[in-house]
Amino acid sequence: MNAAGRAFLIWLLAMLAGAVVVWNSHFSADMSFFLPGKPSPTQQVLVDQLKEGVVSRLLMVAIEGGDAAQRAAISRQLHGRLEKLPEFVAVENGQAGSLDADRDFLFRHRYLLSPAIKPERFTVDGLRDSIANSVDLLASPAGMLIKPLLPRDPTGEMIELLSGLNAGAQPNVSEGVWASRDGERALLLIQSAALGSDTDAQERAIATIRNQFAESRQDAGVSDARIEISGPGVFAVKSRETIKSEVSKLSAISMLAIVAVLFFVYRSARLLSLGLLPVVSGALAGVVAVSLVYGTVFGITVGFGAALIGEAVDYSIYYFVQSGRLGAAEWRARFWPTIRLGVLTSVCGFAALLFSGFPGLAQLGLYSLSGVLTAALVTRFTLPALAGNDHPIRDLAHLAPPLKRAIGILQGLRWPIVLLTVAAATLLVVNRHQLWHPNLSALSTVSAEDSAADAALRADIGAPDSRYMAVITAADREAALQAAERAGQKLDTLVAEGVIGGYDSPARFLPSQATQAIRRASLPAVDELAARLQLAQADSPLAANKLGAFLDEIALARAQGNISRQTLDGTSLALAVDSLLLQRPDGWSVLLPLRPPGGEKGVDIDIEPVRAALAGSGALLIDMKVEFDRLYNDYLDEATLLSLAGFVAIVALLAVTLRSARRLGAVLLPLLLAVILIVAGVHLAGEKLHLMHLIGMLLIVAVGSNYALFFDRAGKEQRLDAPTLASMAIANLTTAIGFGTLALSSVPVLHAVGITVGPGAVLALLLSACFSGKDGD
Amino acid sequence: MIKRLVGCLFLLALALPASAAFDVGQLMTDLAKNKGGKARFTEKKFISLLDKPVVSSGEMSYTAPDRLEKRTLVPKVETLLLDKDMLSIEREKQKFSINLANQPEALAFVDSIRGTLSGNRAALEKNYALHLSGNADKWVLTLLPSDQKISALVLRITVSGSRGLVRSIEYLQADGDRSVLNMEPIASK
Repeated sequence: MNAAGRAFLIWLLAMLAGAVVVWNSHFSADMSFFLPGKPSPTQQVLVDQLKEGVVSRLLMVAIEGGDAAQRAAISRQLHGRLEKLPEFVAVENGQAGSLDADRDFLFRHRYLLSPAIKPERFTVDGLRDSIANSVDLLASPAGMLIKPLLPRDPTGEMIELLSGLNAGAQPNVSEGVWASRDGERALLLIQSAALGSDTDAQERAIATIRNQFAESRQDAGVSDARIEISGPGVFAVKSRETIKSEVSKLSAISMLAIVAVLFFVYRSARLLSLGLLPVVSGALAGVVAVSLVYGTVFGITVGFGAALIGEAVDYSIYYFVQSGRLGAAEWRARFWPTIRLGVLTSVCGFAALLFSGFPGLAQLGLYSLSGVLTAALVTRFTLPALAGNDHPIRDLAHLAPPLKRAIGILQGLRWPIVLLTVAAATLLVVNRHQLWHPNLSALSTVSAEDSAADAALRADIGAPDSRYMAVITAADREAALQAAERAGQKLDTLVAEGVIGGYDSPARFLPSQATQAIRRASLPAVDELAARLQLAQADSPLAANKLGAFLDEIALARAQGNISRQTLDGTSLALAVDSLLLQRPDGWSVLLPLRPPGGEKGVDIDIEPVRAALAGSGALLIDMKVEFDRLYNDYLDEATLLSLAGFVAIVALLAVTLRSARRLGAVLLPLLLAVILIVAGVHLAGEKLHLMHLIGMLLIVAVGSNYALFFDRAGKEQRLDAPTLASMAIANLTTAIGFGTLALSSVPVLHAVGITVGPGAVLALLLSACFSGKDGD
Repeated sequence: MIKRLVGCLFLLALALPASAAFDVGQLMTDLAKNKGGKARFTEKKFISLLDKPVVSSGEMSYTAPDRLEKRTLVPKVETLLLDKDMLSIEREKQKFSINLANQPEALAFVDSIRGTLSGNRAALEKNYALHLSGNADKWVLTLLPSDQKISALVLRITVSGSRGLVRSIEYLQADGDRSVLNMEPIASK
């Protein structure tokens, strides 16, 4: 077997092994890309909520078209159909009767549930006061509601219970079902059984809702009715679709454009295929490395392939164009060291990302690093053997004169460019406070329209956004509930002070066994109660002898068993409890979502008094918005640090290799100018910078240095020959195409890198030419 | 047959003079002219369960066409505010709001007051059969629920007043309990 055959065989085996790994890889397009790899306890709550929290499982549905009665009919139909399906744990549309089970549960167990149940409540004075209060309530307009309950519940426990619940924002009702505020849409709130992080299941659930809607619409005979669904699941599915379609679209655009360029240069199908060899190898190696290290490959990472293609193809271009007349051995001696240094600077840039706590970024780093490295190695070791010495390339000498003229013109523009850069830098310094996007939404794939539609639907339906939350962890369920009750008492004070509007707690519907026992023990024996009632009601308009039903109720409550989680089955309260009381591998956690005070106090909670009140209760107070912002700022700080570290590594590498401050300066100057000009350009184009732009800046230096190094080499050799110049121009073009394609993406992560590195690479080449030593020619 | 005919004539005779001078349309026009005002109210609820009526009193204010505030001062301070279809009740530290659109029966009930105050005949006739007696200076409008769901709660609502002013509203509930709301206008400055 000859050398070429052996090289090809080794390459083929490696490729096959890689293909097996890729075949077995797990690809994901969910938000784990953005979620911290090593979360703090607070961030863990955030991650849990996003991945499996109730809010992540809510789907909001709006029905449009037809008239209100027709929409209501469809809403009822859809409700009836979805309710039966196991994919949905709750389907609410506000129709009458849907809360009967909840009300019955609360009434039946009111003496174990009401926080007012204490021994004092059943003393003569206690009874007199609470019953007098109920009688007073009869005078109120609400009296009509309580009158039927009065004989059985004279102390008003049901009122006591209901007043603790959120009666605040209820959706509007039209024709007996929930409707938007303008009355033009019927609304449903659906909770999927599947976790929010299970995008496949969310997709199926959404499809099921659509299908059932289509049938409901048909049954109701309203052909022009439409459905709109929103919620985290919809966003996840849409994002995945966007990423999927963009990955193939961008890779195809990038590949086609690059093939076109290569064909123009090579005019040979054989050279073209050989030239793509390192690219394919690199792309495959990237996915394999990520799959082996992280287990899961993010769709966005694969999308980055478009850029990798452009970068990886450079090496084979250098090889074919530069080695044309020299032969492989001479090329290795003269050009490989420069290319190798370029590869190493690129590797330094990508390697910096490996240390990121932002999983998406670390993956992009590993993917690009392995891809570039593989492409370079395949070019160096496999390509020459495969291509042999027989790769006649079209003479590109005719490209040289215009390129040299262009360099000459650029060199005359040094001062204007320096002035322009100074102006750009000044602009950036002056506008430094408006440069950056303030939060994580900058990286989100959700479009502004979708986000606005979601907000409108959320406001209409009054769906919780769970911004504020107190979190408690405990060893077992009972301890968790007891802790929730203790924290609840502190929160009650805050509600009374108006600091918070209210809160939810699993202990409201499932009190700890201890509390239930205490409440039951507060209930007096029936004879004793009868005697006390006689005394208490002596002067009341409600005579004791009319309260026989009350005595029966108390006797029943004393005999009834404790409420357990199973008691709640069949009510929507079970769901409320399950979503707030969670079993973890290492114990139980309780979530207490806090509601803002509302009214003129607005939608924000003044967090400090809450923190102070909860201090020592073991509850961790979390403001999701602040946490998100903090997470993003952590990422941003880290990205800044990593970019700087990457830059320092590149500088150190160049300094060690070049061993000349002047040459180092000559290589770095054009790169830094390019970074400043590009950032200013992006800013002027109205784009807010986020952390991926920052990474883009690092990559301008890492990738752009390849071109600057060729000029440095040319300076050392005192000549810049035609093939070198042509290869640089072509390689630069392919790199710009690769990264530039990403700029077309609607995925912010990819777009930001594309918009900075695409033009940045071109600018790096132009500025390197501009500041290169005067060409002797 | 004759008896029936006589009966009809008798009814006609009774109705004719009233309708000639004063009918529901005329009353509604008078009521609609009233754009709002304040009144002191006293409400007595006669409830079979209780040995004596529950009495409450306070102030009411009305702004045409759909804002009504009832501020009870005795026995407990309580504010009831009806603004369009939102009914909110504030009592001691508690405040809760109900969207009446969720509760068709309650809405019908509220419409009896609101429709009368604003002279909205269409709203009243949606749920009630109207019977008017008396004259413009002293009239009595009786509302009989036409919907079974409502008559299961309220048997009859009797509103009386003079000109565009409502003086009293009496509710007779299906269980025999009743409440009487008397209003005395406070002259606005």
